[in-house]
Amino acid sequence: MILYDYILSPSCYKLRLLASLLDVPLELRAVDFHPGREHKGAALLALNPAGCLPILVDGDLVLTESAAILAYLAAQSGPNWLADGDPQAIALQQQWLSFSHRLAEALGGARLVEMLHFDGDLEALQSDGIAALRELEAALFTRRIAGGTFLVGDMPSIADIACFPYVALAPDGSISLDPYPSIRLWMRALRSLPGFIEMPGIHRLHELAPDPFAKDLS
Amino acid sequence: MTPDSVRNAWYPVGLLSDLNPDGKESLLLGETITIFGSDMGEPRVECGGRGLPVVPRFGHLWTSLGAPDKDLFTIPEADHPDRTLVDVGVVRVKCSPLRAVENFLDIAHFPFVHTDILGAESHPEVSDYQVKIRDDVDEVWATKVEFYQPQAAKSAGGGIMTEYMYRVPTPTCSILYKTCPPRPGEWDVIALFVQPLTEDLCDVWPWMALFDDESAMTDLIHFQQLIFLQDRSILESQIPKRLPLDPAMETPTRADLTSVAYRRWLKRQNYTYGAQLVAG
Ligand SMILES: N[C@@H](CCC(=O)N[C@@H](CS)C(=O)NCC(=O)O)C(=O)O
Ligand SMILES: [Fe+2]
Repeated sequence: MILYDYILSPSCYKLRLLASLLDVPLELRAVDFHPGREHKGAALLALNPAGCLPILVDGDLVLTESAAILAYLAAQSGPNWLADGDPQAIALQQQWLSFSHRLAEALGGARLVEMLHFDGDLEALQSDGIAALRELEAALFTRRIAGGTFLVGDMPSIADIACFPYVALAPDGSISLDPYPSIRLWMRALRSLPGFIEMPGIHRLHELAPDPFAKDLS
Repeated sequence: MTPDSVRNAWYPVGLLSDLNPDGKESLLLGETITIFGSDMGEPRVECGGRGLPVVPRFGHLWTSLGAPDKDLFTIPEADHPDRTLVDVGVVRVKCSPLRAVENFLDIAHFPFVHTDILGAESHPEVSDYQVKIRDDVDEVWATKVEFYQPQAAKSAGGGIMTEYMYRVPTPTCSILYKTCPPRPGEWDVIALFVQPLTEDLCDVWPWMALFDDESAMTDLIHFQQLIFLQDRSILESQIPKRLPLDPAMETPTRADLTSVAYRRWLKRQNYTYGAQLVAG
């Protein structure tokens, strides 16, 4: 399986992340997204006329939507990451996958404007992004009160992986995550999964720093 | 009023490969500038209807708001025809331009910010090294910097002791020379060219001149973007935002001797843009 990849892309990272969590090897093909805009060149437009990344090629199959690629990886190698059987869980998972596109547009868009000089209406993107974060915070708070940690069901699923990267990178678009405690706990739970990998701006969990107020009892 | 040393310095304002004949607006030291490419290969930069001096070099276009009293620096090592020249592309960072340069000079952050790539948490030690302000060329130099690196470059096959030299030829640019894994005896050249948009906002243009016949250009670009983006999140949260030039605030340890020299050198030439002179 070949992933056309950009190291700074949250949409590519979510696939690298799930592949690592499932221990599935991916062959990465680095695309000069910035500054080269290679995804807008003839060769990649032939693969994905939408002119964006990621693109996954597996034999004759070409997939160009990250949500579809997550489903494909999970169906092949991690069926318990995919809701199945329970109509409500299936529907909620689909809903979060769609929601992840809103995150990508708003939070991902603000980040590209702020960080890499892309065109866009920064204020509108930020305000859409904040609205989406508030929805996510409310949903995760409700889940937490009911004893859940992840978006759907008892286990992490492709719904979590689909939403996580844009949320974690919101500060790159000058959107603070300080107001969202449930989101921060959720991100911490995802970062603690065995096989978790980093990308720039999304760090592994470190040991807790020493308590600055701890009394020296020695 | 901006000091002469600030107005007369050279600054990068764009990639030569990405100039627009119709003009592109940008900021330099808080002033709006317009950068024009040209099919004739004669780029121009204007500020308030006035033409500014320009120099195309190292894959970037350079300009100055004032009348530079020195030519733009050169990097003779980078001229070797076997080198791959890498335009890494712009990254905007909400930080003081001087903070961006100072972070580039600081090797002690590698194990914690570039974990398992440029440093390992198990090997945080920075050995003794030499720093001086070279009066003959008016540059800051640090030499004999040695450090253990799990993956020193895209071309590195595994962990190695890497030797570095750091050079600051102009206040918002720094160049490092480091052990070149495929060519012992030569240096890889990695530069950070910083365009100060305002005192707290900059466009950073990393650039490299490497010996690497193996890696694809895109892999080289991604490797450096990965590294620099790890720095970006640190840079945006530094406090105080502006670089303190007041010696009273310095608590030098061996690891930041280069930063001490850099601050002293800035202060000596009254380069205060992005700096703070009073504690607090
Ligand atoms: N390609 C460089 C990346 C380094 C780089 O340009 N980034 C700056 C920002 S701090 C840095 O850390 N340079 C030190 C270094 O090159 O090791 C390397 O391999 O070491
Ligand atoms: Fe760094």
